[in-house]
Parts: sequence; structure tokens; C-alpha cells
Amino acid sequence: MYNGFRGFRAVFYKEILHVRRDFGTLFFSLIIPLLQMVLLGFGIDTNVRQVNTVVYNADGRRESRELLDRLKNSDTFHIIRYVESDHDINDAIISGHARVGVKIPVDYSDKLLHGQSAQVLVLIDGSDSTVAGIAINVTTSIGLDESLRRVLPDRATFAVDMRPQLLFNPDSRSPNFFLPGLTAILLLNVTTFLTAFAIVREKERGTLEQLFVTPVQPYGLLLGKLLPYFGIGFFELCLILTAMRFAFRVPIHGSVILLAFLSLPYIFVSLSLGILISSKANSQGEAMQLAFLTILPSIFFSGYIFPRETMPLVFRMLSYLVPASYFINITRGVILRGAGVQHLWIDGLALFAMGAFLLTVAARRFRNKVIMA
Amino acid sequence: MSTASQNPPEASISAEHLVRRFGQFTAVNDVSFRVEKGEIFGFLGPNGSGKTTVIKMLTGLLPLSEGSAWVEGLDVRTNSEDVRLRIGYMSQNFSLYPDLTVMENLQFYGRVYGLDPARLKRRIEETIQLNGLGPYTDRLSARLSGGWKQRLALGCAMLHEPKLLFLDEPTAGIDPVARRQLWDLLFELSAHGITFFVTTHYMDEAERCSHVAYIYYGKLIADGTPNSLRELPDVQPDGTYRVEITTPEVTRALRFTRTLPGIRSATIFGQSIHALIDQHLELDDLRAQLSKNGIAVAEIRPLAPSLEDVFVELTYKHQALLEAARV
Repeated sequence: MYNGFRGFRAVFYKEILHVRRDFGTLFFSLIIPLLQMVLLGFGIDTNVRQVNTVVYNADGRRESRELLDRLKNSDTFHIIRYVESDHDINDAIISGHARVGVKIPVDYSDKLLHGQSAQVLVLIDGSDSTVAGIAINVTTSIGLDESLRRVLPDRATFAVDMRPQLLFNPDSRSPNFFLPGLTAILLLNVTTFLTAFAIVREKERGTLEQLFVTPVQPYGLLLGKLLPYFGIGFFELCLILTAMRFAFRVPIHGSVILLAFLSLPYIFVSLSLGILISSKANSQGEAMQLAFLTILPSIFFSGYIFPRETMPLVFRMLSYLVPASYFINITRGVILRGAGVQHLWIDGLALFAMGAFLLTVAARRFRNKVIMA
Repeated sequence: MSTASQNPPEASISAEHLVRRFGQFTAVNDVSFRVEKGEIFGFLGPNGSGKTTVIKMLTGLLPLSEGSAWVEGLDVRTNSEDVRLRIGYMSQNFSLYPDLTVMENLQFYGRVYGLDPARLKRRIEETIQLNGLGPYTDRLSARLSGGWKQRLALGCAMLHEPKLLFLDEPTAGIDPVARRQLWDLLFELSAHGITFFVTTHYMDEAERCSHVAYIYYGKLIADGTPNSLRELPDVQPDGTYRVEITTPEVTRALRFTRTLPGIRSATIFGQSIHALIDQHLELDDLRAQLSKNGIAVAEIRPLAPSLEDVFVELTYKHQALLEAARV
């Protein structure tokens, strides 16, 4: 009798024995993602605050001091020092002590009083584009605001009043933005690495060669090896979500069940990727390198850190090939925006299709490159 | 099962005109042989000559480019699933899971072959008894010595009671005592009707086989019992005999011997030279010629060809044929 899944149970039991015997690896692969979460959750704040600033106030009169107060009150700038020359400003920026230098010229108050345009020089260290962008925006808007106040009569209202309202993350908390995305990366990490290693180890030991001569069928073998790691991946997801919800207080607006359900095709893709890697790699070192090759695009092209919308066209197209792109859309959708299945089913379907495709390619590669080599 | 009837029922393996090509390269070129039930069949040849490819074809891992093969009465081209249920295979690296115990390794391979729990239990007990693994059942297989690993691997390959076992260099890298013990076990099992297909590089092991074949660059150039091969005309042409010349200066002696008239071929074997010489060249003449040229000779004596002599002669002859074909 032909049974395409023959050997599945034997391989499955054995794989669980391997996992139990190598408890250290399992423990670390579960704990390290949590450590990464702690680092990123507590350590990274994308909101630019309290930028070190030096000031050369050549004027020194009331008007100039009022301007400086407004800078300070913006929460964006933190004046670390007052200096007495252009040279000192430059020096503070070059040495890295300050990111921003503000020079108020000696005739600032005079010009204001005479109704002329007063210039303030703002030097910004452009080496960090995020900080520079915020510094430009804040100083420009303070300048505009200050100008309007002087032009408009008292109690006048602005003709256009923009009222931005931040949805879903009203306090702009960084963990809310980072952690749902990080979930996708960490899950990929664990599942892809573990499966790739589990199979490559059998190659290294020669046991894979042995299994091919037994009645075990390819799908029985692959599935038996996959399923334990599927369980581990899912457990890891629950761990990450629990930590995110309770340790980092990221509220989950949508349905946890939907999130769990949509994570299944993603875990499936990651595992298939691991199998594909193991069909190519002949040693654990090689598998490690290839696995990193899959991690990098997942970090940079998935929208996890950099928005996909601002990427050049080529990379944006590329981002559609990265499974993490879809899963990050799912996690952010469910967790932050409270999206439902009607918004996200297509991402789940895309992941499932990718997983099925990768698994087929991997199984074919196994037959042609590994068994018949 | 209709294909099985075409096969002579008594053979364990029957390979007819096997050909396997990889692109332009022909790894196995028109190889035919039969292995009878209960034989210990030694399959020899240099590395890269196609031994593993033949094993892969017979176990159904590699499709045949041409030819046909029946293993235990089943056509490997159409029935490789069932072939794999009836054969056992042990590779040279023993293919055990080092992080599993002896017992767990046995259980895994037993389940892979689909043994039901009762039969699995009985077969494991029998295997442990036969291979003397009793004291080690709870030991991780990583902690076994080479000889015990090999016994465990053999046990794993035999749990499902195959009638035919493929052993790919079963004694590579294990100590001489374990080597001897393995062969004793093979003789015992073959007496019970189990057939063995063994590849090896050791000539003394080849001498113990009941049937040997030698494959050289994809061509089978020898096939028969060790004794019948020794008597092949290519190995021992009429009007010639074989001598062993023991001397402290083997390389100089070899160079000189090869220039002598009446010497058909000469090869170094350790501290001696094996030479095939014409009948009219007397041993005393040979000794005189050597000492006249200042080569000290400890001993010259007639010698029956060893299997190594056989394979060396056949290889030379085949190389000459290949070169002639190229020109």
C-alpha cells in the first residue's frame, strides 16, 4: 500500500526526543527573542526629545531670551551650554557634544523692534537624518509661530487650523510601533533556524542518507520534522504576545484568536524556508549563513523599521516577496488598528501560498539534489 | 506483481545491463550480475568507480537510465517502495543518532519500518541478544566505541528481518577485533539464508566473500568466486607463473625486474614484488640476474595469485583497453 506520509509518526517521536535532549538550545531559542524584546521595547525610542543644543546668544536682550524659552519648552531641545563665539558652536557640533547650534545675532532685538526680518542661524548635525528632520521642523514652526504672533493682532485666530489626531497609538509610544513588527522577525528567527538546523544535522551525521533507504516517504519525513517546530513556533508566539501585552503594555485592539490563526500560515512559511535552506546547506555553518540571508530582507524590506511606502520602486516590489511584510501588516493590523479578518484575509492567503510554494520547491530540491546526488 | 514472474525466483539480486548517466557522464556502464540467496557478495572497486551509484540504483533511490534490476523478486523500477521494506542498509558512517540512546535508536528504526508494538518489542530483544548490546541499552550512542556503533547500526538495519542487507564499507575505521567479530556475525547470519551485499577496500575481506565483483570506472571487469577469478586467463595466462620476490630494495628491484625478458608484469606489495613471469624463466636464473646487478634478494618463491593480484592485473588490462579505444 502506498502511503505518502509513511514514517511520519516515527520521525515525529524522534524529533521530540531530540528537542528534549537538547533542552539548552530550545531554552535559548525561546529566551533570546524575549531578551531582544526587552532591548527594543525599553531601549529604543523613536520620538526625538531633548536634543543636545548649544546656544550663542550675541544679543542677550529680552526678545532673544524669549525665543530661547520657546525652544526649551518645545521639549525637542535641551540647551546644554551657552557659548561665546561661532567657533565654539562649530566645535561643540563637530565633537558630538551637541546636535544643534543656535546663533542669535547681535541685532536680533533691534530688527524685531524696527519691524524688520530678524535672522536666527540654526546649525544642525545632519549625520542622523531623523534628528535633523525633527530639528528642522520644530525650529521652522517655532519661527513661523513667532512671526505670526507678531504680525497678527491679539486674539486673532489662524485662518487654517490643522488638528492632527494620532489614531491607534495616541501617545506615540515606540513599543507599540516596534513590538508587533518584532514579533514577525523573532518568529522567523526561531522557526527557520531550528528547522534548518534539525535537517542539516541529519545530513552531517549521514542519517538522512539512511532514512532515504527506509520506507519513509519524503512528506512523512518533512512533516514529522516540521510539526514539533511548528508547535515550538506557536508557543514562542504566545510567549511574545504575552510579554508584549503585559510587560510592555501594548494594547491588543483586535481579536487574539484571529492573530493566532493568521500566524499559522506565517509559521508555515518560515518552516518551509528552513527546509529549503537545509536542502542547499551541507553544514550547520552554511545553514546559519543562509538563514541570515533571509533575516536581513525581513528586517529591512518588511516595513519593520523603514516604511515600505518610501522605498524606491525596486525595493518596494522586493518587499512583496518578503513573508514578514505580510505578517507585520497582520500583527500591526490586529494589535494596533483592531483590523478584522475582512481586512487581513488576503495577507494570510498570500502567506499560505508562499509556504506551499516553498515547501514544494524544497521537496523537489530534496528529491533531485539530495537523494539522487 | 506481474513483473516478478519474469525474474528467476532463486536470485536475491539480478541486475541486467544497468546503465546510469549523469548528463554526459556514464557512471555505470552496462553492468550485469546475479547474487544468489545466502551469498556474501563482495562488491569492490576504487573510489568513484560507481559502487555507490549501483547501490542507489538497486535500492530504488536512483532511476535506471537503462537496463533492469530485480531485488528480492521485485522490479526496482516499478516497486522501489516494497523493495525498501525488504532490504536493510548500513552505511559506512553507521547513521545513528548520537543524542539518542541505544534503545531509542532501535525503537526509531523499528517504527520507521512500521513494526507493530509487539513485534518491535520482540525484535529489539532478539537484536540486543544477537549483537550483545544488553549492557548498553540506556547509553547514548555517541558514547559507544566504533565497534559497538557498528553492531548497533547493523541491529537497526536488521530489525525488520530483511532477507538482503547492503553494507557500504561496514568496517571502515573500526579496530581489527571488531572487524573480525563482524565477519563472524555475517557468516552466522548468511548460514540462516540472509544475503549480504558488501562493499569494502580490504582485500582480506574480499577473500572471505563467497562471490566477488570488481567495478572499474563504471564497467564490471570481474565477477565470480575468489577462486574462479584467480584462474582467469587474463590473470594467469597459459605458460606463466607468479612469484614473490622479497628484497630490502624493492623500488630498485622493481625497476630492474621490469626490464628483464620473460617478465610479463611486476608490482610492489609491501616489502616484496609480485611478478608474473614466463614458464621458461627459471627461479634460479631470476635470482642470478638480480644478484648480478647488485640487488640483494632475501627470498624468491612461487605464489598463487591473491585477489589483489587479480584486480591489479584486470585493472592494467582494462586501462590498456581504454587507452587503445581512445587512440
